Amino acid sequence: MARTMTGERPVRRLGFTQKMNRWDVKVSPYLYISPFFILFIITGLFPLLYTAYVSMHEWSLIGGQGDFVGVDNFAFTLANPIFWTALRNTISIFLLSSIPQLIIAITIAAVLDTNLRAKTFWRMGVLVPYVLTPVAVSLLFSFMYADQLGVVNNLLTTIGLPAVPWHSDSFASHVAIASMVNYRWTGYNTLIFLAAMQAIPRDYHEAAMIDGAGPVRRFFSITIPSLRPTIIFVALTSTIGGLQIFDEPTLYDQYGRGGNDKQWLTLTMLIQNTGWRENGNFGRAAAIAWLLFVIIVVIALINFAITRTISRVDATRMPGAKKKGVAR
Amino acid sequence: MLSRRTTAAAIAGTAAVALVLTGCAGGSSEPTSSPTSSSAPSDEKITLTVATFNNFGYTDELLAQYTELHPNITVEHTIAATSNDARSNYFTKLGAGSGLADVEAVEIDWFAELMQYSDKLYDLSDPSVDGRWLDWKTAAATDADGRLVAYGTDIGPEGICYRTDLFEAAGLPTDPDAVAELLTGGWDTYFEVGAEYVAKTGKAWFDSAAATYQGIVNQIDAAYEDPQTGAVIATENPEVREAYDTVLEASATQSAHLSQWSPDWAAGQANGDYATMLCPGWMLGVISGNAPDVTTWRVADAFPGGGGNWGGSYLTVPAQGAHLEEAKALANWLTSPEVQLQAFLEAGTFPSQVALYTDDALLDATNEFFGNQAVGGIFANRADAVTVAPFKGPKYFAINDAMVQALGRVDIDKTDDAESSWAKFVSDVQAIG
Repeated sequence: MARTMTGERPVRRLGFTQKMNRWDVKVSPYLYISPFFILFIITGLFPLLYTAYVSMHEWSLIGGQGDFVGVDNFAFTLANPIFWTALRNTISIFLLSSIPQLIIAITIAAVLDTNLRAKTFWRMGVLVPYVLTPVAVSLLFSFMYADQLGVVNNLLTTIGLPAVPWHSDSFASHVAIASMVNYRWTGYNTLIFLAAMQAIPRDYHEAAMIDGAGPVRRFFSITIPSLRPTIIFVALTSTIGGLQIFDEPTLYDQYGRGGNDKQWLTLTMLIQNTGWRENGNFGRAAAIAWLLFVIIVVIALINFAITRTISRVDATRMPGAKKKGVAR
Repeated sequence: MLSRRTTAAAIAGTAAVALVLTGCAGGSSEPTSSPTSSSAPSDEKITLTVATFNNFGYTDELLAQYTELHPNITVEHTIAATSNDARSNYFTKLGAGSGLADVEAVEIDWFAELMQYSDKLYDLSDPSVDGRWLDWKTAAATDADGRLVAYGTDIGPEGICYRTDLFEAAGLPTDPDAVAELLTGGWDTYFEVGAEYVAKTGKAWFDSAAATYQGIVNQIDAAYEDPQTGAVIATENPEVREAYDTVLEASATQSAHLSQWSPDWAAGQANGDYATMLCPGWMLGVISGNAPDVTTWRVADAFPGGGGNWGGSYLTVPAQGAHLEEAKALANWLTSPEVQLQAFLEAGTFPSQVALYTDDALLDATNEFFGNQAVGGIFANRADAVTVAPFKGPKYFAINDAMVQALGRVDIDKTDDAESSWAKFVSDVQAIG
């Protein structure tokens, strides 16, 4: 309607209503999404900047703000061997949990994507561990991994293997903690992958079947490349969550301080120990928090680059890629 | 991974609870009448909150008695799971300036840390409580200005728990009196009997190095900090190093190498992994809970090196509360000998109130699990034997934690020997100080 009017009789000056209409079109989308950003500024950006402010001061849990000390807190943290142990533990647990988790989740999703009987039952079944609270899971696992009387060590010794020192050996403790994480999150990621798999057009699979591709070939050449955006999403959220791992290692023993020799002390636990448990040194805790933030951003970027390359290499081999393009 | 979400949810939940709590506190108005030290300063209807942890023996029925005495006051009770949870909650809200309960319980290990901020606590000095507690219990709760800021609830006088079946197998006496006689003496006596036991049975004498160290360090006047200057002396104090070396030397052969409070440690009480353990009054409940089917646990009226105290608590009234006088009156009532006796019979928390030590209701209290031994009388004796009130400064909790880890590295994890673990302890302490 408006178009025909302007076509017949050009308007020299925009009326107020029309101006409003223009503004409406231009501005209102931003207004509609603004609540999110306003909330983000209050709950996300402000704490981030305030933490940076705290990290440059002496700051006590109860006494509050002290003197400005510049980068002293950062220098202390970087020179503190415990920080590096915690970083090593965090990355080790992160790798031990994220990588197997992604592989297992994709595999289970692929199985669930086939024609199973009682589909909904199986699909809901994988989500059960996710519904349990991490505290309950950790309690359960801490009994299983008890050094002398735990189920796991009992099984190992029964079949003639040596018992594993779950709470003394650093790597063993990381494996145990990663298994709790995997137990809890694999099902969740499986459902995300399953949803993405069901969105892959069946034509691709049918065409490939006619060309003689078996299920394995189809999985690697069609399913995986089509899941690229989902894999990137899951890898990113795992990175963010995995590097902030706290509940499981804290509840791994009864003290929650990461082992006598800091075997499984993670960065978030170190933040808690520094800020609340020992002297209530908020300044140093804030410095560690900021370093953790930087580390997460860096690793997330690396992760993003790696997952993109992997999926791209696969995508070029994919038969449907040339016709339609893969990324949705 | 993604635990970020649950953590965020937990924080949101805590914040919500805090909001509700502060809302409650702010909602009810200040008492209008002038504050007096009588138990009911005002007739206004108010709700007082009490926050404790573990099991103080404050049942709903017990708290209802207070409402019967003071019909205008309702008492609400919240219980944290562990003393550690209570500690972080206390310090976080003390810093924030709001959100604490009207009456808050404090454990002795982090009490000194709290005493640094005694100006944030309400002065509880009152003629009605003079001479109510053991001297050292009161002294620790009196700040530099002479204000009494906390009322004692229980203490943890230590005896030695042992298993008669394991003693019998080693050819040692089994009767509690005979065992008490056998173990009376210094720590060297305890470890000598231990060596004998190990030689005969090849089994462990005590549960863990850290638990045994706990007994020794609580007999040192000033272990980690100088009471005058507040300087950290933990790494130079020869007494600390001696205790560390003594315990680790004995642990090499006599310890069951278990981490205290771990599932293995708890199961060890049922399985007979170790023959003895240091035993404050509240430990009896722990043992009977872990080993309900064992009938051979007994407690001996003896402790190496005299007496020792492990644990115990106080009630405080944070000055940020809205009903300070009423809260003080409630804390006064809760720590009165009559009420503490009820709590002891309920939860085994041994009283710090001296009037009870001659009270037959306490002295004759028996424990069925421990072969109907008169445990009330035994622990009254053990409380009498405590001569040292160790100085625990603000850094005690953190330094002791580092020490427990140092002992654990050698005793349990075996990742270090005594020398290298001590070196790590020294660098941990430097990071704290």
